[in-house]
Amino acid sequence: MEIIMIILAGILVAAAVYLILSRSLLRVIIGTSVLTHAVNLLLLSMGGLKTGAIPIYGETVKRYVDPIPQALILTAIVISFAITAFFLVLAFRSYKELGTDNLAEMRGVPDDEQ
Amino acid sequence: MMSNSLVLPIVIPAIIAIILIFIGKQPVIKRIIAFAGMFITAVCAAFNLINIKQHGIQMLELGSWQIPYSITLSVDLLSAAFVFTSSVIMLLIIVYSYQSISIERERYYYYASVMFMLAGLNGAFSTGDIFNLFVFFEVFLMSSYVLMIIGGTKIQLQESIKYILVNVISSSFFVLAIAMLYSVVGSLNMADISLKLAKIENNSIITICAVMFIFVFATKAGMFPLYFWLPHAYYAPPIPILTMFGALLTKVGIYAIMRTYPLFFRTEVVENILLTLAILTIIFGCIGALAYRDMKKIVIYNIMIAVGVIIAGVSILTTDSMLGAIYYIFHDIIIKAALFMLIGIIIHITGETAYDRSGGLIKKYPVLGWTFFIATLSLAGIPPLSGFYGKYYIVKALLSENHVLSAIIVLVSSLIVLYSVIRIFINVFWGEPSTAVKHAPYSKMMVVSCLMTLLAVTFGIYADYLFPLFHEAAVTITDPSQYTQIMEVK
Repeated sequence: MEIIMIILAGILVAAAVYLILSRSLLRVIIGTSVLTHAVNLLLLSMGGLKTGAIPIYGETVKRYVDPIPQALILTAIVISFAITAFFLVLAFRSYKELGTDNLAEMRGVPDDEQ
Repeated sequence: MMSNSLVLPIVIPAIIAIILIFIGKQPVIKRIIAFAGMFITAVCAAFNLINIKQHGIQMLELGSWQIPYSITLSVDLLSAAFVFTSSVIMLLIIVYSYQSISIERERYYYYASVMFMLAGLNGAFSTGDIFNLFVFFEVFLMSSYVLMIIGGTKIQLQESIKYILVNVISSSFFVLAIAMLYSVVGSLNMADISLKLAKIENNSIITICAVMFIFVFATKAGMFPLYFWLPHAYYAPPIPILTMFGALLTKVGIYAIMRTYPLFFRTEVVENILLTLAILTIIFGCIGALAYRDMKKIVIYNIMIAVGVIIAGVSILTTDSMLGAIYYIFHDIIIKAALFMLIGIIIHITGETAYDRSGGLIKKYPVLGWTFFIATLSLAGIPPLSGFYGKYYIVKALLSENHVLSAIIVLVSSLIVLYSVIRIFINVFWGEPSTAVKHAPYSKMMVVSCLMTLLAVTFGIYADYLFPLFHEAAVTITDPSQYTQIMEVK
């Protein structure tokens, strides 16, 4: 089961890298959120995918799944959500201000003129 | 009870930041509250530093859970010194920004963002848990995104897109690296990970983890080949924000390498990778510092050179080299802040960022001129001033480990550093006076910059008194058993 998850995470990382390398800003943002999905998936499968009950205490349960990666992922999801929201607003603002979403046209720092 | 004070440098800025959010549009009240908050934080940090100097490493288990299960704050001398320095630098930058950040920016939560950034920085310096380190990284990165965009000029919009993109990717890799490490050792506490990794025979997977961590921290610190975002991103924001980025943000990446590398990944392979990257960072930083006529760009590339020198010292991991690296990192925090502040005043007065478009300022502004001159000498490491001791110990350690070429590159780099900044001095302060001089008020900025330079000078002159402190910090880094014995006591 871990192998399938790792291959899936690999595919997601590949897709994310492809998207991040494109010129359109929106594709780049989609790429970053795909990348965080891949990382969270990997975090889950690195903790081990053995069968067990959900980590809520019950009298009769013998085996639980590892609760730590779930807590870590919960934190990572919220953080990446906040950053994606910020990034999207920034993209919107820069589209209004600069009139383009092509990253190749965004040359901010002036070169030295001789 | 004593160790509860460890949380104060993290909690106080966070609380002050929340208070600042609720104060609407009165800049003066905001300034007073921000200053008071910073001052209290600095006092608490100083108290912690003295306490740790007397009683050794302090540890706090948050929520009173036992050690590998809780998030711990483990503060040794190095962390405490970092917390203290960053609080003091932030205090001075707050005063500096009274006159240099525009009233518009102050209105839109500038001080609140600065306070949150300080909370994140202090947290990252004092945490003992690897995932908590990630969270604190995100706290100060998030504030740095806000600070980078605040004001919303075109250049800021364009550059912060790139800055955020690079940091989102490297943060994702941080989580990935933590996931890999967790799958190997099954723990998140740094001392615990260190003890468990020592027992593991299979070295190759640890090396892969180490390379992932170096990738992440090198991106944050601006090391070769991951420095590409740094010169452009740091060019965009206004000077006070640039000062805190240049002085403190890259240093957190270095601190994270200093913390994780001796504790987790102390192998020959990692040492070679780090040393090679450090030397390449110095070379590329030197090229950049020589290439530009823009004062901001020159100092930004000087950040890279300093990062390279410090990492070269960290990579060898003898007591001497660590001592040098610790000296140099604190010197560099202070002197980079001073330089950025002084250059900020020059830009404030002349309105030009290229050094060859203004001249002859020494007649009208002698204090500014000579302060800048002292700062340049201190940056290059002329003996009585502060840059000397760090580089001396780093070069000594490099030579004793037979890295002769690296030692020569470190020495030549200080020559290039001196040339790159003295060029600014000669062009801006000597020569024919240029007509374009604005009469903007700059008194508070000047006082703070002089204080900063004075700090750098005293740091050099009283290096003798600081030596035992830094020696002890270096020993706790090179010999992690002191850090990990917290675990064994339990």
